Amino acid sequence: MSEAAGTRPKKQDFENTLDMSDRTVAAFEGNEKNALDRLQHFLHGNPTMVPVIVLLVSVIAFGFVAGSNFFSAFNLSLIMQQVSIIGILAAAQSLVILTAGIDLSVGAIMVLMSVVTGNLAVSMGVPAPLAVGAGMAGGTLAGMMNGLLVTRFKLPPFIVTLGTWNIFFALTLWLSGAQSIRSQDIDATAPLLKFFGQSFRIGGAQFTYGSILMVLIFAVLWYMLNRTAWGRHVYAIGDDKEAAELSGIRTNRTLLSVYALAGLVCGIAAWASIGRVGSVSPQSFQEANLQSITAVVIGGISLFGGRGSIIGPLIGALIVGVFNSGLRLAGVDVLWQVFAIGWLTIIAVGIDQWIRKLSS
Amino acid sequence: MTQPLLTARGLVKRYGRVTALNQADFDLYPGEILAVIGDNGAGKSSLIKAISGAIRPDEGEIRLDGQVVDFRSPMEAREAGIETVYQNLALSPALSIADNMFLGREIRKPGFMGQYLKLLDRQAMERIAREKLSELGLMTIQNISQAVETLSGGQRQGVAVARAAAFGSKLVIMDEPTAALGVKESRRVLELILDVKSRGMPIVLISHNMPHVFEVADRIHVHRLGRRLCVIDPKQHTMSDAVAFMTGAKAPPPEAMAA
Repeated sequence: MSEAAGTRPKKQDFENTLDMSDRTVAAFEGNEKNALDRLQHFLHGNPTMVPVIVLLVSVIAFGFVAGSNFFSAFNLSLIMQQVSIIGILAAAQSLVILTAGIDLSVGAIMVLMSVVTGNLAVSMGVPAPLAVGAGMAGGTLAGMMNGLLVTRFKLPPFIVTLGTWNIFFALTLWLSGAQSIRSQDIDATAPLLKFFGQSFRIGGAQFTYGSILMVLIFAVLWYMLNRTAWGRHVYAIGDDKEAAELSGIRTNRTLLSVYALAGLVCGIAAWASIGRVGSVSPQSFQEANLQSITAVVIGGISLFGGRGSIIGPLIGALIVGVFNSGLRLAGVDVLWQVFAIGWLTIIAVGIDQWIRKLSS
Repeated sequence: MTQPLLTARGLVKRYGRVTALNQADFDLYPGEILAVIGDNGAGKSSLIKAISGAIRPDEGEIRLDGQVVDFRSPMEAREAGIETVYQNLALSPALSIADNMFLGREIRKPGFMGQYLKLLDRQAMERIAREKLSELGLMTIQNISQAVETLSGGQRQGVAVARAAAFGSKLVIMDEPTAALGVKESRRVLELILDVKSRGMPIVLISHNMPHVFEVADRIHVHRLGRRLCVIDPKQHTMSDAVAFMTGAKAPPPEAMAA
C-alpha cells in the first residue's frame, strides 16, 4: 500500500491532453473588461464606498443648492444630532441584518425602555443610575426574547420581531398609561436621564453627547465585528448558517448573543432618546424601526446577510439626515424629503444586487 | 498489518422504520487512503456521519487508537483529531481564505488585548494559513485575505482540504471531493489528496467516481444495504467488479468478506 505514497498519480487516458491545454485556469486574476466592471469589482471589495461617495456628493450638492446655511459647521453638527437616535438603532439593526435576519422591534424596545427608565426614576423615585441600568438590562432581555424565539423555536426573525414590536408597543402604552413624562419633572427628579441631550461647542459646531455616543457605539461594534472571533462568526452565520455550523461555530449561541446585544444597544438608545426629545413620550419614534432599516440598507449592508461594513449604516443615517436638512433648507416641502429617501433606499438595494452578482 | 487507527463495530442507525446502518463495521489503517463506495441509499453517508460526529449511532462502538469514543457533535470529533471536508465545503464565501481556515478556532493575541478585548492575531493566522497552503502547493492563491467567493471551485476545494489537513491530527474524511469539479480541477484535487497522504495522514474518501477511487485508494470499502459488504484491493479487482459487488450483481470473493 505504500508504493503510491509520494509519487505522482498515474493519469487516466482522457486526461493526457491536459498538458497541452491552457494552464491559467487555476490562477487568480481580475479579468475586468471595462471601467464599469472594474468599478463593480472595486465596490465588491469595498462595499462601504457606495454610501461614502453618496454622502460626499450629496453634501457638496446641497452645499450648492441650499447655500452657506447648509455648509455651516453648526448645521452639519445639527445633522449629527438629528440622526443620533436613528443611527444608534441602525447599529443594533445592522447586527441582526448581518446574520440575515431582521429586527422590526428595535424602535419598540427603545421606547418601552425609555418609559421603564422614566417611570422608575421620575414616578417611583428609583435612583437615576439604577433606572438607566434597568432600561439597558430590560433592552437586553427584550433582545434575548427575540433571540430565543428565533434560535430555540426556529421562527423566522421577521415574524418574531413583528410580533414583539406589537407586544412591546402595547406594554409601552400600558406602563405609561399613554401619558408623557414632562421635561420639567425629569429636570426636577432625575436630570441624569437627559445627559445625552447636553452639548458642547467646538468653534461653530455644537455636539450633543448623544452624537458622540452614536459614534462611540459604532466604533465599539466595528471592533467587535472586525477584530474578534465573535464578529467573524456573525458574518459567517449571515453568509451561510449551515456551513458555519459545520465549521464548528455554535451558531445558535452566537445568534442569541447578537439579538441580546442589539437589545442592549436599544436600551442605551432609550437613555439617549430621553435627552434628544427632552421628555419621555410613549408615542414618539413610531417610525424608528423602518428608519433604522432604511439607514442600514442605504449604508450598503445586504439584507441577505454576511455582507457590508458596520460603518455603512452610520454613513447611511447621515445621508438621510443630509437629505432632510438640505431639502428643508432649500425650501422643499417635507413630503419630497420622504419621496427622496424612498428612492434612495430602492437605488441602494439595486446597487447591492448589482455588486452581489459577482459572487454567484 | 499494523493495528487499525479507527475501527467501528456493529454500528446501527435507524430513522423511524428505515435502517440506515445495519451492523456496519469499518476499519481504517494508519497512512492509507480508504475509499468508501456504495450505491445511493447504501448507508455511506450515515457511516461517515457517525465517524465524524454528525450523528450518533443507536448501537455499536467506534474506537480511535483503541479507545472507545462517543462523539456528540462534529466539534467533539474535530477535537479528537478527525477533520471532515464536506461536500458543500462548509466555507463562508464572503470571508477571507485565512478567516475561513481558522473559522471556529481563531487565534487571539497574547496578553491583555487578546484575553480581555478578544483581539484576533491576524498576522499569525495569515502566516499559518499561507504556510499550510504553500505546503500543499496551493500558493497560486496569492492573496490570503481575498474572499473565498473570488476563488474557482477547485481552489475552494483546496482551501477546504488545506484546512482539514492543517488541523486534522488523526485522519481526514473527504466527502465527494471531485463531484462538482471539472477534469483539470479534479486532477489537482487528486494530487492534493495524495500529497496529504504522503505526509502520513490517513484519508477516508467517499466517491462515486470509480476511476478516481481506483487511482488513489489503497483499499476499497464496499458498502451495501447498510453494512460493509467487503473490502477489496484495487490492484486485484476491476472497476466492473467493484460496481458488481456494490450493486449486488456479483458476490464478492470470500477472502474479501473476511477483511
